[in-house]
Amino acid sequence: MIGQDSLVAFLAEAETVEGSHPYPRVRLDRVGWQSLVARLAGSEWCLMAEWGEQDEVHVALRDEREGDIRIVSHRCVDRRFVAIGTVRPAAIRLERAIRDLWGLEPEGLDDRRPWFDHGRWPSRQPLAARPRDPSPTPFAYPFLPAEGEGLHQIPVGPVHAGVIEPGHFRFHAQGETVVRLEARLGYTHKGISGLAAGRTVEAVARLAGRISGDSTVAYALAFARAVEAATGAEVPRRADWLRALMAEMERLSNHLIDIGGICNDAAFAVMLAHMSVLRERILGVNRALFGHRLLMDQVVPGGVVADLPPEGSETIKQLLYELHKEIERARQLYENTPSLSDRTQGTGILPSALANRFGAGGVVGRASGRGHDARRVPGYPPYEMLDLAVPMLLEGDVNARVMIRFAEAAESLRLINRILLELPDGPVRADLPRRAGEGMALVESFRGEVLVWGRVDAEGRVVRLHAHDPSWFQWPLLEVAIKGNIVADFPLCNKSFNCSYSGHDQ
Amino acid sequence: MIPPISKLLFRALTRGPYTRRGAVSPDPDGAAELARAVGDRARQKLGRSLAIREVDAGSCNGCELEIHAVNGPVYDLERFGIRFVASPRHADVLLVTGPVTANMVEALQRTHEAVPSPKWVVALGDCARDGGCFAGSYAVLGGVAAVLPVDLHIPGCPPEPTRILSGLLELLERAAKG
Repeated sequence: MIGQDSLVAFLAEAETVEGSHPYPRVRLDRVGWQSLVARLAGSEWCLMAEWGEQDEVHVALRDEREGDIRIVSHRCVDRRFVAIGTVRPAAIRLERAIRDLWGLEPEGLDDRRPWFDHGRWPSRQPLAARPRDPSPTPFAYPFLPAEGEGLHQIPVGPVHAGVIEPGHFRFHAQGETVVRLEARLGYTHKGISGLAAGRTVEAVARLAGRISGDSTVAYALAFARAVEAATGAEVPRRADWLRALMAEMERLSNHLIDIGGICNDAAFAVMLAHMSVLRERILGVNRALFGHRLLMDQVVPGGVVADLPPEGSETIKQLLYELHKEIERARQLYENTPSLSDRTQGTGILPSALANRFGAGGVVGRASGRGHDARRVPGYPPYEMLDLAVPMLLEGDVNARVMIRFAEAAESLRLINRILLELPDGPVRADLPRRAGEGMALVESFRGEVLVWGRVDAEGRVVRLHAHDPSWFQWPLLEVAIKGNIVADFPLCNKSFNCSYSGHDQ
Repeated sequence: MIPPISKLLFRALTRGPYTRRGAVSPDPDGAAELARAVGDRARQKLGRSLAIREVDAGSCNGCELEIHAVNGPVYDLERFGIRFVASPRHADVLLVTGPVTANMVEALQRTHEAVPSPKWVVALGDCARDGGCFAGSYAVLGGVAAVLPVDLHIPGCPPEPTRILSGLLELLERAAKG
């Protein structure tokens, strides 16, 4: 039966590409790729990311049962490849983006609309070997239709009413009820893949930390780990622990402000005010100890920029003590305010089957029964020493996503405390060996699994960079979750997902 | 059981606001003085009312996080009468972040057109000045000045909340001069 093979067994015969670490990369010919697509229709292999190069398309896959990870590449004859999107809807937007950027044609994909390319760039297919002439006019974007009596459309964005990133949402509504939502993204596309090519590892580390500003530690860490894997660098143990410390501080500050933001969108502003105060405490400690409120540019390939100052441990413990009390208080407040629960419970339900089908990670996945966490599988140091608990709920509504955030915030507090207790001594940064290679790394950001793949040359330059944001597999699910809810609950649902525009658009 | 919200409100009454304590941070610029200065100027020049419309023209969202912080209870921009508004038609200032992506140019221009005169444009963050680390990409224009007349630039990646406050102070001074 299709899907019973393990991923490793399926790819055993394929040609292995040398120099890919730590996950093997194999190359399939057209027939092999076709049978891979056929297998993906029914298998338990999770699609992690798909991206292009000038004449090649790559897909990262994970065997959900065995945990094995492989990168599969396919040289595109005639610049065409069989679309994975035909069997995995999660890949549709990825493949539309591949067509926009590299000019590789996904065969069989029904959706012909460009995704990142709005017809406004100085050239089309800008990353292809031979970019095409620009479009004379910006593209019109025909949204998917909805038909029926009394339907009306509500266009929202790209400039929204609040201080938010840009994106367009098109609602089809019947009265107050959303019949269909479709998002159009790409407004913040900055061409990061193109910018990274040819730059030094140091310069790209800075860029990687700005793919999505709220996940700057996670991205910098994923990039650093990818480069370290590619070059075979040994990272000092203390650096691993300090990286985890920063990553947990980032997770904590983001989860808290998200809880506040969700409650605020349910007109419960007092929670946002309190969470802003707590977040500010965390950012203040970040600033005092590491020199940057959001911890940008602190994690670099080879380790971290600076060691924790001597008073650091005490300062953070004091912060933990305060936060522990305050977060518990906030949770009590959240759970015992019926008017708030009334808005969050049963709102914006994401069915577990779809979360699994799209491979949604992070809070969105874990609130819908998909308990994946990159800190555990495949895992990276020092989390194997920390007995990480990953909370999971099955309800899939806004309330579940809030409760997961509370649970993860509490877990982050515990992890930070453990890290401070067990922080090993030693150096915090090592030199990178000058070696060419390819590397891929997976890091759990507060939003889900961040994947960074890169190829470096022996001169310490990045040849190719691909970064995959967890939002790719969450944005389409938001469109499902809002269906049948009222328009007024959209901000609530949207905030409970809190997908990144910049991370997705890059 | 006493509902937690009652306890919380009572605590707020007895403890006072977070703002007073929060503003006296160990920042060298002296957040408290700065806050006072912004308040005085805002009242003198604009009758305690300055409305800001924010547009993200392709930022990494780091700047938005700090703008949220300025708007939050610790820095509490609104106590000076400076506030963020939902519509550009209600705004005096267009606050723009990001390197200005090609895909956002038209939306940015149209938002600018919708702001009634007199109006000011503030570019916030390093990439809003010249594209920052995104300069040179096919997809960005490289700074707000490539699209709109910029009255003030607030540097930083992202600028800290105190810096955003001091930037707005500078804008008020410039507005007073001409």
